[in-house]
Amino acid sequence: MSAPQLTGARVSRADVEDFLYYEAELLDSWQLDAWLGLLTEDACYYVPPNDKPDADHRDTLFLVADNIARLRERVKRIKDPNCHAEQPRSRTRRMISNVRITSTSGDTIGVAANFVVYRFRRGEAARDYVGSYRYMLKRQGDSLKIAERRVLLAAEELGALGLISFIL
Amino acid sequence: MSDASYVLDDRERMSFSLDREVFVSPEVLERERRAVFDKCWIYVGHGSEVAEPGDFRTRDIADRPILFCRDRAGEVRAFLNSCRHRGALTCTKREGNARLFQCMYHGWVYDTEGKLRTVPGEDAYGPHFDKEKLGLVAVPRLAHYRDFFFLSFDPAVEDLETYLAGAKDYLDLVTEQSPSGRMQVISGTQEYEIAANWKLLVENSVDDYHLPTAHLTWLNYMKNSGVDMKPRETGLLLPTKGAGKDLGNGHLATDNPNYRGRPVAGWMPIYGEDAKPDMAALREELVARLGQARATRVADTNRNLVVFPNLVVNDGSSVTIRTFFPTDAGHMKVTAWALGPVEESAAQRARRLDSFLTFYGPGGFATPDDVAALELVQRGLGAWREVRWSDSSRGMNRPDDEQLNTDEGHLRVFWRRWSGLMGAGR
Repeated sequence: MSAPQLTGARVSRADVEDFLYYEAELLDSWQLDAWLGLLTEDACYYVPPNDKPDADHRDTLFLVADNIARLRERVKRIKDPNCHAEQPRSRTRRMISNVRITSTSGDTIGVAANFVVYRFRRGEAARDYVGSYRYMLKRQGDSLKIAERRVLLAAEELGALGLISFIL
Repeated sequence: MSDASYVLDDRERMSFSLDREVFVSPEVLERERRAVFDKCWIYVGHGSEVAEPGDFRTRDIADRPILFCRDRAGEVRAFLNSCRHRGALTCTKREGNARLFQCMYHGWVYDTEGKLRTVPGEDAYGPHFDKEKLGLVAVPRLAHYRDFFFLSFDPAVEDLETYLAGAKDYLDLVTEQSPSGRMQVISGTQEYEIAANWKLLVENSVDDYHLPTAHLTWLNYMKNSGVDMKPRETGLLLPTKGAGKDLGNGHLATDNPNYRGRPVAGWMPIYGEDAKPDMAALREELVARLGQARATRVADTNRNLVVFPNLVVNDGSSVTIRTFFPTDAGHMKVTAWALGPVEESAAQRARRLDSFLTFYGPGGFATPDDVAALELVQRGLGAWREVRWSDSSRGMNRPDDEQLNTDEGHLRVFWRRWSGLMGAGR
């Protein structure tokens, strides 16, 4: 499996879908170093709190607010056998739909999509994370990179979903 | 000591054992609800969450729906959020600002002082129908210490400050980080569930013995970011030698010299070089206001506080308020907030929140492993009939006033108080 290549001058929704499905495959198969390769050098990853989905991480307590340095540390951590929250690793399967290009400005493309991430672990109930993704993608030559990845959870509270110990 | 006790506390043999039934039994939980949660002061919210007249928050406290609000005259109140007519939740919003609360069912309207103001079709009631007596019911007791509001369902409970005992100083140490003594709960709530008994989170919140193993990846993250994680003395499990404290009345704390970073006011590499002058200024303000000794106490120690039975205030990587309630013997709901001085600049606030996420919360670098540990314990406790006792004797070979943060002396403080409230035996 390799990253999808852009062919046209203009990034289409199909290009974005191919890219998101590829990313989903990397995350679901725990190819996290390859996934880091999809990020720009200044990428960030946010999961706002359930009660303030539209907030800014600089003035609101988020569930996750990583710059690229912490994101690399996060990947290091969850791959480590001493990351007990992911030992054994979550089995996940993500369904991505309602993909839309919401803005285009130069090489930057805003994308919205809905998701369901099913998560399974031995001895635990299945957990369904439902929500929407907000991406800022950057075109770099023939490929897309993730500059910002924001995960908005639909649930009113994290509640029985418990943790976000894998990349959502 | 009786064989029928849940807690076997034998100082002579330096042995302290807990009957694992206390973590799995629905009967024990039901007794806890009456003997612990209905008798103690229970944290309900922070004054800053209802900063303006009319501000309100609804939350479940010890299985009751509570309306926590500030009335039009500025007084903070807590009502049982149940319409006097048929019992519906009177206020259904999570938070907001209101002049009146109207029950959606038949339209009874209450004001922020709880008074019943209007009843649609009032002419259909007899002469003894008295609106004065049909206001929202206030919780039996409500009091605050430095804006931390507690309620009690026991009208005869001792006054809050007596109850808090030595925990007051630890709330002072948090509050003194604000030049005006005003802290505020920051926007954004972390609400999550753990499939474990609530008392396991009490222990976990102040258990420094588990850090080197359960949080090895957090230690590595700190090390990778440039923090010196080597023990400063031989024989320590962590970089500095901390203490486990008995604060009276079942309250307890770990109290550790800071070795990483604190928003007020200890720089660490994650904050970035450009934060250094700002953090130096924060410290100067502390010293000028509090004097060198108290400023050092505030800024150079990390303290995890448990106010019995279920309030945790951790003051380390950031300040967090955490409270939790059992939903059944093997399950709890946790709510956590970040707390900061009202005077913080935008940059200081952002640094505080970033620092929070280095450790705490469902997506943090440490809390998920705590949750994993607690859930593994709960699953292991399925063997309680055959493997009956847990050991909490660590540090009993040292005097009470020399307990380390990595000992279990402070955990025994909780259990002795719990045992006292629950009665001697089963």
